[in-house]
Formats: sequence, C-alpha cells, structure tokens
Amino acid sequence: MYSEKVMDHFTNPRNVGEMTDADGIGAEGNPVCGDAMKIFIKVKDDIITDVKFQTFGCGAAIAVSSMVTEMAKGMTIEEASKITKASVAEALDGLPPQKMHCSNLGADALHKAIEDYKNKQKK
Amino acid sequence: MKKIYMDHVATNPLHPDVLDAMMPYFKENYGNPLSLYGPGFKAREAIEHARESTASLINAKSKEIIFTASGAESNNFALKGIAYALQGKGKHIIVSKIEHHSVLNSARFLEKQGFAVTYLPVDNHGLVDPEAVRKAITGETILISIIHASPEIGTIQPIAEISKIAREKGVLLHTDSVAAAGNIPVDVDALKVDLMTFAAHQFYGPKGAAALYVREGTRIVPLIYGGIQEGGRRAGTENVPAIVGMGRAAEITKRDLQKRIDHIRPLRDNIISNTLKIDKVILTGHPDKRLPGHASFVVEYIEGEAMLLMLAAKGIYSASGSACSSKALKSSPVLISIGVPIHLAQGSVVFTLGEETTTEDITYFNETFPQIISRLREISPYSKGWEETEAPTCTAKK
Repeated sequence: MYSEKVMDHFTNPRNVGEMTDADGIGAEGNPVCGDAMKIFIKVKDDIITDVKFQTFGCGAAIAVSSMVTEMAKGMTIEEASKITKASVAEALDGLPPQKMHCSNLGADALHKAIEDYKNKQKK
Repeated sequence: MKKIYMDHVATNPLHPDVLDAMMPYFKENYGNPLSLYGPGFKAREAIEHARESTASLINAKSKEIIFTASGAESNNFALKGIAYALQGKGKHIIVSKIEHHSVLNSARFLEKQGFAVTYLPVDNHGLVDPEAVRKAITGETILISIIHASPEIGTIQPIAEISKIAREKGVLLHTDSVAAAGNIPVDVDALKVDLMTFAAHQFYGPKGAAALYVREGTRIVPLIYGGIQEGGRRAGTENVPAIVGMGRAAEITKRDLQKRIDHIRPLRDNIISNTLKIDKVILTGHPDKRLPGHASFVVEYIEGEAMLLMLAAKGIYSASGSACSSKALKSSPVLISIGVPIHLAQGSVVFTLGEETTTEDITYFNETFPQIISRLREISPYSKGWEETEAPTCTAKK
C-alpha cells in the first residue's frame, strides 16, 4: 500500500529527535486524531541548518516527517516556506488517498516552526 | 527471514486434509446437487455428510445447519430473518455495543425499517452483564444477539447465563460465534442458544463457507429466495467444494480441538506475561475469560499501524484497531466501548496464535516486539508522557 520511498523513510527515519536549543518549534495534529508531530529548526543567516522531528502516528506520518526534515535542511526560510503537503507527498512517490489529509502534517508543522522562529526574531 | 503468522483471528491457512477432501468436488464430482444422476447424487451426498460433520462440531442436529457464504451473511440472516419472521410479535431487538459490523449494521438497517434496537454496554473487560440483558427485555423484544467471543479483545461472553434469561422471557437468542466456534468447545445445547453463526475459515476450513445454526422449530425468513436448496431457506446452487471443506475442517477440529488449545494457551500466556513487562502496555479484554490463542494490548505513546508495519518488516503478521490502520480511519468501537481513551486506542495491537505457532516463534516475538516499541517511542513526542494539552476530540480528520 505504501511506496518504497515511504517504507524507506518509515523504517529509517532521518533527523529523529528533540532539539533543546531550537530557534523555532512547530507542532501539528494530536494523538486523538491518530497523528501528531513536532518539528524543531535551527536557523543561521536565514538558512535552516538543522531540523529534527518527533512523531506519533502511522507509517505515513513518520515518513512524511522524515521527508520534510530532509527537504528543509539547507533551505532558506523563504524556500522552506514554499514546501507544501503536495510536494512532500510527491517526494515520497505518493501517499494513499486516505492518508493525504490526516497523516500529511509535515509541511504544516514546518510552517509553524518557521512562524515561531520569525516571532522570536521580532522580540 | 522468518514469517510468523499471528493473525489467526483474521483467517487461517487451509488444513491440507481439507484441501484434499475438497479437490474431487472441483474436478470429477462437479454435478449440481439437485441433478438426478450420478455426479449430482455424489455432490448431494457430500453436502449432507458435511452438514452432519458441521452440526457435530457444535452438538447440533444436521437439519439445524444452513450453509451460507460467510459469517457476515449468517449474521445478516439471523437478524433480518428473525426480525421479519417475528415482527407480528414485537419489534424490539437487543445487541451489545461490541458486535461485529455485520450484526451492528444489520441492526441499524432494521432500525430504519421501524424496529427498535437496544445497544447494551459492556464493562472494562468487554463483558455483557446478563442482568442488563434482563432489564433491557420488554414485551416487544423478539431477538437478542450477543457476540460469543470478541475477535478484537478475545473476551468470551457468559452466553449460557444470558440464554437462561432469554428462555425465561421467551425471547430468541442468537450468538455470533465466528471467533469462538472451532477455537473453544461450543455446544448449542449447553449454551441453549436458538441461532449461532460460525465460519469455516476460523478453523482451517475454506473462506466462503459458513453456517447459521437455527434450532429446530424456529421460524426464519430467507434472505435469498429461489430454489429449494437448504430446505428453501437459502436458495442458490451450493458451493459444494466449500461446504465439503467446512465439513472436513469441522471433523478435524472436533478431533484436534483440545490438542490445539493445550498447545496455544501456554504460548499465549507467555506473550502476555512478557509483553506486560514493558512499561505502559495494557492488556485489553478479559484476563481469563478470553480466547486461548488471543493476546491484545494497547501500547501507550505509539500508533498501531506503525507497529504493524515494523512487525511485518520483521516477518511478524498481526492486526490493530487503531484509526490509521482502518480503511474508515475510525478507532475501534470495541476499544471505545471498554473505556479505552481514543488516544490510547490508537496504540492497539492484536496477536492471535494457531496450531502451527511454535515456541521458537514466541521467543522471536518476545525479542522483537519490545525493540519495535522502543524504536517507535524514540520517534514519538510523547515518550516521556502524554501532554496535558490534548484536544478531547478530533475535528481535523476527514
């Protein structure tokens, strides 16, 4: 049911973990829904130098989180803001239709982390 | 890599002797059982022999067995067939909240046809309280349908106690015994049920073969009209090989049942005691009154589908009641009914053993499962505990 890429990112997720000195943190979903993720970003000179994630959820949710962190790493804030649910799903060679809405929360969590970073910059 | 099938409640492999018994009815004995010549007679005889064997598994009479194509069909037949037969007497039906969808959705269908349905709650172990059944019975009640054993949590219901009450009150009792018949001793006379659903693939018979036991003298309206097959109660040319397979599987099961139970129960106990050593893992269902090969858990902080995929990657095949693992993306109503909070129901996982499960399989499982739990907990944001900001309901889900 899942593509090889999804299974690869699910069984060997990249960038797992918590970041204690994150410049931005974004959370999306909740366990009642079945999927919840947290994304941490480290930013230097407008570039995302490090990303980490923690995810509660199904295979697709974990693969999406892993993929979005891999995509965002090294991007400028502006580039990372343009990552969408569709582009993450595409990078994973597609997701089953029933997983597109509930488990594809990576881009949203990343955008929230970027927003959190920007808010912190203003202070 | 090892392949360990731990989803026997979903279905079972066909017993090799069952396949041997079925083969002639695909090949030389292809006749229509209604035909008045050799191959037809042979098919007819084979069906009647299978009926005797199938009846014998549950201590019924041959004429009390109606062959159907699935447990779902038998459940539909029992509910609709009795509702339509007895609607002149009353229009109230009682079921539990943890019935199979084929019972629940038949009950919902009947509600739309003007019947009233009471959905009885269960306790935290999944047991129906017989006294609650008594209280739910009204002068209008025509049928009670209580699942014999839950495929999701393994709990075995006190059917004999419930039937005592049903008899006192003159109400028919149906039990969906799909997960029980062929896995524990089942005797319709001891249980005193009026109707019982059971399916061949739950005891190493073929898929597409099931039965509805209807106690002698019980009137039931057919679902399928047509010819005189099954005494006019289920029309359609019989699936002879499947019926023969069910009969043979019933014979083998009657012979081997105690041996199978003695084999899988200690393996099941081993899984339960080892898995419960892991922090924040809860057994679902009743600790003792459960199917002998059935171990079901909720694992906190991680999600069921992810567990199934990781287990499958290690060659272990199992099931879950989590929302994400279901096509409908809904948490299991059974888990919700026994009081498991929705976020915990996401971490449900079910292991069911069979006669080919070995001690080595269980050792491998006991080594592998804790590793998978730790791996997924490393990824989870809740590995240190649930956060208190959880939303009580989920609105995001489509």
